[in-house]
Amino acid sequence: MPRVIIPSLLQAVTDGAREVTAEGETVGQALASLTQRYPAAESRLFQEDGALRPHVNLFVNDEDIRFLGGLDTPVGENDEILIIPAMAGGA
Amino acid sequence: MSVAGLVCSLCGERFPVSAQYVCTECFGPLEVAYDWEAVRQRLTSEPFPCHTSSLWRYRALLPVNEIPPNDLGAGFTPLHPAERLAKEIGLEELWIKNDTVNPSYSFKDRVVALAVATAQQMGIPVVACASTGNLASALAAHAARAGLPAYLFVPADLEPEKILGAAVYGPHIIGVKGTYDDVNRLCIQIADRYGWGFVNINLRPFYAEGSKTLAFETVEQLGWDLPDHVVVPAAGGSLATKIAKGFQELLDLGLVFGERPRVSIAQAAGCAPIVRAWEAGLDHVEPVRPQTIARSLAIGNPADGVLALKTIRETGGAAAAVTDEEIIEGIRLLARTEGIFAETAGGVTVAALRKLVAQGHIRPDERTVLYITGNGYKTVSALEGQASAPPVVEPRLADFERWYATHSSAQAVELRPAGFPAASQGGVHPCPE
Repeated sequence: MPRVIIPSLLQAVTDGAREVTAEGETVGQALASLTQRYPAAESRLFQEDGALRPHVNLFVNDEDIRFLGGLDTPVGENDEILIIPAMAGGA
Repeated sequence: MSVAGLVCSLCGERFPVSAQYVCTECFGPLEVAYDWEAVRQRLTSEPFPCHTSSLWRYRALLPVNEIPPNDLGAGFTPLHPAERLAKEIGLEELWIKNDTVNPSYSFKDRVVALAVATAQQMGIPVVACASTGNLASALAAHAARAGLPAYLFVPADLEPEKILGAAVYGPHIIGVKGTYDDVNRLCIQIADRYGWGFVNINLRPFYAEGSKTLAFETVEQLGWDLPDHVVVPAAGGSLATKIAKGFQELLDLGLVFGERPRVSIAQAAGCAPIVRAWEAGLDHVEPVRPQTIARSLAIGNPADGVLALKTIRETGGAAAAVTDEEIIEGIRLLARTEGIFAETAGGVTVAALRKLVAQGHIRPDERTVLYITGNGYKTVSALEGQASAPPVVEPRLADFERWYATHSSAQAVELRPAGFPAASQGGVHPCPE
């Protein structure tokens, strides 16, 4: 099952967990299983219309999902999903 | 104290002052919130001290209120009238803000000055950054002066001269395989885990405020007057956003009057996510994989891209992307006409200015300021093969004259055109004391 790496700003709503094992065959399904387990994470990650918040960046094995298949990117047994804020860097 | 706390630039949620940089509610970037009444009072009793010839002159409008001990003196760089470049490009009045002459030779000294002072105030023991080179050098210099250990994370294939320009100050440098965006992703994780003061990550709200001083200085050096249009290089998008904010703050405080300057941005065609979004009319920025000689602007996933887009649209600016050939030509044009040797990012800015004027986005009668943010000696390898080897003569006058006779007729002697620009020379505003 894919692992989701939780940034510290979300750990308050994941009972302090830094890493969560998720269910699902796509990034979207894995996040759905995460928010099912930790309902408070839902509004942090998604807008009211269900779209991912614009400043939430997701990576599968270090690749930005926007270069892959977005939330439909398939994830397998040993894949790592990284959630990080779209933040920082540069001028 | 003029800082009231931190505020989310997306949802408006407020937070106390700390090394927090992301809104816990919506992941939006935080920025410094000021107590404007306190700022006004401070400006009444203690205006901008004109004996301070660094960015700390404007400390009443910055999140650090006192000049830190061991300061390196970033900022208050010259604003030059650029008559010859203006003529080449087709503008009536052009000024160059020459930030190549900062302590570590780029505008990054401004932001780092704020970040390191903040780290010292917060008692953060280690400073760090993700960098395309200029920031690494600026942080290494400021950390050396402040006596703080520094960890610099850079793309492993960075230009050797940029590595050297940071290594000389004695920091820990870690090369990371991948692009700047990969470096940045790693650093966000390290910042999250270790609590170090990453100047452009968790100290970013304070760091980014340093860029406002480019707007403050421009206005003061124009004799407390506003430009009509400014052209700013864009990587992460913060610089353009903060320069616009600086102008707006001076307008809001009644320190200057007139129209808010139009802000246009410049990117390299090989990494132009903000320009592409502007051209396509998008309100979000699609990431790209950078491929350009302008390494200091090679950020494919700009953190403040959305804010930069908003700034361009709200101020009526535009955006232009230029090829690597145009960048080289831009560097040479600026050096040849104005005597300023800029790094590749400066070549981008000059070439984009030319394009924006040619496309009619900048009108010939607009008083325009060009921000040149890094020194040419940082990216000399980009100019390899651009200068032909000089002729060699024997140390005898006859030998020189033989060479001169064959070449002097071919040399066009260009005379400097008469006349000066309409506006006064930029310089230190007369001290009222």
